Amino acid sequence: MGVHAKQAGAVAAGLTIPTLVLADWGINMPAGVTATSNDIYGLHMTILWICIAIGAVVFGVMFWSIFAHRKSKGHKPAHFHEHPLVEVVWTVIPLLILVIMAIPATATLVDMYDTTESDIDIKVTGYQWKWHYDYIDEEFGFFSALTTPRDQIYNRTAKGEHYLLEVDNEMVIPVGKKVRLLLTANDVIHSWWVPEFGVKKDAIPGFINEAWTRVDVPGVYRGQCTELCGKDHAFMPIVVRAVPEAEYLAWVDEQKAAAETERELTQKDWTMAELMERGEGVYARACAACHQADGSGLPPAFPALKASALVTGPADGHLEVVVNGVSGTAMQAFGGQLSEADLAAVITYERNAWGNNTGDMVTPKQVFDFKNQ
Amino acid sequence: MSAVIDDHTQEHDHGPAGGITRWLLTTNHKDIGTMYLIFSFSMFLLGGTFAMVIRAELFYPGLQIVEPEFFNQMTTMHGLVMVFGAVMPAFVGLANWMIPLMIGAPDMALPRMNNWSFWLLPCAFLILVSTLFMSGGGPNFGWTFYAPLSTTYGPPSTTFFIFAIHIMGVSSIMGAINVIATVLNLRAPGMTLMKMPLFVWTWLITAFLLIAVMPVLAGVVTMMLMDINFGTSFFDASGGGDPVLFQHVFWFFGHPEVYIMILPAFGAVSQIIPAFSRKRLFGYASMVYATGAIALLSFLVWAHHMFTVGIPVAGQLFFMYATMLIAVPTGVKVFNWVATMFRGALTFEAPMLFAIAFVILFTIGGFSGLMLAISPADFQYHDTYFVVAHFHYVLVPGAIFGIFASAYYWLPKWTGYMYDESLAKAHFWMSFIGMNLAFFPMHFLGLAGMPRRIPDYALQFADFNMISSIGAFMFGATQILFLLIVVKCARGGVAAAAKPWEGAEGLEWTVPSPAPYHTFTTPPVVE
Repeated sequence: MGVHAKQAGAVAAGLTIPTLVLADWGINMPAGVTATSNDIYGLHMTILWICIAIGAVVFGVMFWSIFAHRKSKGHKPAHFHEHPLVEVVWTVIPLLILVIMAIPATATLVDMYDTTESDIDIKVTGYQWKWHYDYIDEEFGFFSALTTPRDQIYNRTAKGEHYLLEVDNEMVIPVGKKVRLLLTANDVIHSWWVPEFGVKKDAIPGFINEAWTRVDVPGVYRGQCTELCGKDHAFMPIVVRAVPEAEYLAWVDEQKAAAETERELTQKDWTMAELMERGEGVYARACAACHQADGSGLPPAFPALKASALVTGPADGHLEVVVNGVSGTAMQAFGGQLSEADLAAVITYERNAWGNNTGDMVTPKQVFDFKNQ
Repeated sequence: MSAVIDDHTQEHDHGPAGGITRWLLTTNHKDIGTMYLIFSFSMFLLGGTFAMVIRAELFYPGLQIVEPEFFNQMTTMHGLVMVFGAVMPAFVGLANWMIPLMIGAPDMALPRMNNWSFWLLPCAFLILVSTLFMSGGGPNFGWTFYAPLSTTYGPPSTTFFIFAIHIMGVSSIMGAINVIATVLNLRAPGMTLMKMPLFVWTWLITAFLLIAVMPVLAGVVTMMLMDINFGTSFFDASGGGDPVLFQHVFWFFGHPEVYIMILPAFGAVSQIIPAFSRKRLFGYASMVYATGAIALLSFLVWAHHMFTVGIPVAGQLFFMYATMLIAVPTGVKVFNWVATMFRGALTFEAPMLFAIAFVILFTIGGFSGLMLAISPADFQYHDTYFVVAHFHYVLVPGAIFGIFASAYYWLPKWTGYMYDESLAKAHFWMSFIGMNLAFFPMHFLGLAGMPRRIPDYALQFADFNMISSIGAFMFGATQILFLLIVVKCARGGVAAAAKPWEGAEGLEWTVPSPAPYHTFTTPPVVE
């Protein structure tokens, strides 16, 4: 059933109590760094104060009755049980309050839905359990996955400052520009949320949702997936770095160059050792969440790769599953997610790790040919 | 052969059958009501145990006790067991016991179906809970079981989960038909609809809601069944299907469902507050109309659960306005309860304490509901702990405190003895403190940005999670006390009068305590 007790409470407490001292006692929504998030914060505070005011009146009358109209004080019950005027008044007043509240809410909502005239478009794709950012005007893209080590999650080492809210590749945007996000998902529904932006939108397979943001203050902003998406739902954070435009443009050039280098890797002549080394890294990033670091999987949903008939069988069968996925299961088609070099490396790694020693080597060229056959 | 003869003689002395057959074959509304209540309390403890696992894991940041896969099964099963196993059957149990007594009927209108609708439930929950022991584990996709997480990506046991939901649905629909048939046909002479006790009114409206939406739930799980086992693609985008369709169909069931869980509690509290205020319920007619209005509006607001899925702005505005409107009839009910207490002669026995806490805390849940209705703000609240705080404030002090208030109010009638008042007060205060400690900090967690349904969290959420867990453990442990109080009361104590509460009104107080096995074989006349 997957339950097994971890460390004794004492060990856990020893590791976590020092961090508790650092934790702050945030009790309210952040006002955030965009016009939208500030509008939302304003609505939130308005409706909160309206509720507090109504609550004060209603509970005030109630506590007065509890205090003053007790039988133990000899209070005799009155006999009234209806009053048409009062009943009309307390129907109409709430209605008016709601109308007053609906007006600014409508204005904010219409503004949030206006995704036209964007400066930059980024396609955001949710995967189990990482995000992919595709800068569609610039022709590069990358995955962004959690970097918090498992030792911290399992309380074997002290937790870092940005525990569970840190990633390998941050999404970078320029300040002061309208960024349009096109959200979709590859497997199940995810939801992309950065509280400081006031942006939360579901990423749904088969749909492209739109959202936008314009960040005015440079900085690093952190959020999380907010739609239950399977076992590692808690472990796919979002980190956005907002930088001045010049810095952004330099970063874009860097990314484009890196993408070009990556494409050239397909043509390179690889040795077995190189592929194994690269494959181990790719496996940890793309495969280990389900098939586990030691290839033992989590059957029946996620089969073992260690001593698996498919992985130790003919290479074409293995390529087929990794490149095209298995429809109707959680096995994704990695053909579009990973480069040829990464696919070749990870397949080579799987065929030779954990005692699978098939001795086979799959090269990026083979993968390229397989994809184009 | 002798059994046949025994049955025949017992038909004449009107007592219960002996042994286990009394419970297996009974068609008596009181026996069936008792079974529903016992079943519901055992499910409450089971669902509560799942909640304790969740809160224990969340006590500290990091993974200590359970793995994420099992954590997800716990959140899912906690929701399913509490909604379908604890809250709904408890209200059906109260309906069985009290509706015939309140309207002067000898029994429910369809007694054999009544037996069947109860005995389906243990079967359904046996299937549901058994999935935890199956290969791949039980349902792990949340009690809302969104596709495609629950279809393409669900565990192999999902088909059993679907079957269990179907059986629960059949049971609920039959229970609802029974309530409608009883209320519409078996009222004592002179009891017009507008003279019915409010508990009967709210249950009648609830029954119509059940009949309207349980088939929708059956429909959505059947579509899942087809997607999983028969190659259809209702919810699979790669086959031309639509994952959002699932959410529309689910919430068309799901939103009326939340009113199914609260309207009978409204009714019960509307009996109890006047009794202990010694003053008639304020605005009886407006209470009935408000309940009807809430029920009708509940069909027009489902997409407020889906503000972030990308529905067009016009749809978003419609669902925001419709949702805000619900605050009006709900407000009327709260104002009426307060006006009933105002200038009464109040005493504070356990039923009244739970009823007052119901009004205060349900109102707080209503306030956060109003905040969630503001669609732009919902973009920040959605799927965070703010939502968890909101629905626990309407369900725990709403539905569950309503059930406790009802249980203490009618226990003397059921058992013939008074319960232990000081133990009951201890139960109330510990539940009240534990519940607020558990759920109030969740508002802060949600606003500060903690998503729901996560087994591990960033460090800034650590303090409030620890407080919340302590409150939850306190609330959970306190419920064992309730079991002791009820068992003690059933075994003996101070004999209860036919009308043990000075200010209570209604036909149920005209029969002796405990209520005889058969009551109102000749209908009473209501003037």
